[in-house]
Amino acid sequence: MHLALFFIFGALCLAGALNLLLQRHPINSALSLIVVMSSLAVLYLLLGAEFLAAAQVIVYSGAIMVLFTFVIMLLNAGKEERTRGSKLAYIAGFPGAAALLSLLTFMFLSHQGEFARARIGEYVVTTSELSRMLFTDLLLPFEVTSVLILIAILGAVALARKEH
Amino acid sequence: METSLLVFLLISLAKVIVVVVILLMAVAYTVLLERKLVGRIQNRWGPSRVGPFGLLQPLVDGAKLFLKEDMMPTAVYRPLYILAPMIALGCALTSIAVIPFGADIRWHGVQLFEIADVNIGLLIVLGVTSIGVYGIALSGWSSNNKYSLLGALRASAQVVSYELALGLSLIGVVMRASSLRLRDIVNVQGTHGLISWNFFGGFQFVAFFIYLMAAYAETNRSPFDLPEAESELTAGYHTEYSSMKFAMFFMAEYANMITVSCVATLLFFGGWTSPFGHLFDGVIGGTVANALLPIFWFVAKVFGFLFLYIWVRGTLPRFRYDQLMGFGWKFLVPVAIANIVVTSFCMGLWLPVH
Repeated sequence: MHLALFFIFGALCLAGALNLLLQRHPINSALSLIVVMSSLAVLYLLLGAEFLAAAQVIVYSGAIMVLFTFVIMLLNAGKEERTRGSKLAYIAGFPGAAALLSLLTFMFLSHQGEFARARIGEYVVTTSELSRMLFTDLLLPFEVTSVLILIAILGAVALARKEH
Repeated sequence: METSLLVFLLISLAKVIVVVVILLMAVAYTVLLERKLVGRIQNRWGPSRVGPFGLLQPLVDGAKLFLKEDMMPTAVYRPLYILAPMIALGCALTSIAVIPFGADIRWHGVQLFEIADVNIGLLIVLGVTSIGVYGIALSGWSSNNKYSLLGALRASAQVVSYELALGLSLIGVVMRASSLRLRDIVNVQGTHGLISWNFFGGFQFVAFFIYLMAAYAETNRSPFDLPEAESELTAGYHTEYSSMKFAMFFMAEYANMITVSCVATLLFFGGWTSPFGHLFDGVIGGTVANALLPIFWFVAKVFGFLFLYIWVRGTLPRFRYDQLMGFGWKFLVPVAIANIVVTSFCMGLWLPVH
């Protein structure tokens, strides 16, 4: 059951990501991105991270992507024009990607024993466990992150503010 | 008792069918209730010709919408134009899946009065609602009509802004139950009837009013029905829709109303628990009564909220758009945050730490 769900949503995620790159209209790309994010949420759920899955749907698919589509609608962005692409990308792109992939694969395979293993559907991290962790052991990073986000908000307000 | 997968699937399927049928019937009759009540508020009768007291009106309306010609305007962006009403209705029907309707009664190890009992039920309701915005946003954009687009933009901005106040207002309740599971949240309120409900005994009435207002805005209902303000935008995001596609938006709106009422009942008014607590437990006995009485209380409370929805719609004028945004961001959000601070402070002061 878990394995079937993993394959279905993994495939959906990949298909969405490919569609995101191949579609020519920005709104279709944005919608594919929503599909990718929602399938990622299901994958988190399969790994037992309930809260993370819900937050992924609420924050990313529900709020941030709404703003993306909002901007696309307001700008009334048309179809993108395809160019031939830069020569550099053709020459260096594929070998570069292949090299990166093989490097990652090599690292994963050679250090296989050192990684902790998580099996799909093995355990569930409840929200209360997660929050206890966040507010005791990880309190400092948590608060620092929130300050970081606050700075970003203040920066956005400062940039958008009209001078009187 | 171990439940086999087949039994689980069969019972779940039966539950899904029953709940969806009841929900759609409830949607149809909420429309009738609204027309009747708004009629009374405006000093007229409302529908009264079809069947006794106009009770068959929803069936006739449904048949009419089914049989109407499905127009496809030429300038629309077709895939999204067709997809949008499906997203809207799909999300509206999905969120009912985590709502528990009655007491914890199991048959072959499967809960009877809830489709899915999940740990993060409350978050799932929020998540599905937040996906439902796309139905409205995409319908407005794909219609290729300025009124639709404006309606959709208003709707998505409104829903995203009020979702914040909505989420913050729920935190007090979640803190009291220390769980996101809707069944746990109700069980915390079930001990002494009325006085242990979150609204009265839990001192969450501030949160309740924030929730109520944010929920009205989330479902695009009056006085926050700016996305479909007919005097400015013809019909807003569904201007270009006809026949069943229009009906799907209509059904989605009422299904959302029902879901929001269910959540308000569960979170603030004790769900299926009786307002008298265990005072009259012995009066009506028997397994059947014990199973059905909670459902009666639940339905009665949900009906009360629907009545309130319609009452508000019949009596309050619409907000102006800047008032709407100001109200959401400058009033509801700060009050919701203050509610969280005060609630957690009181809990820390008076409740034993476990």
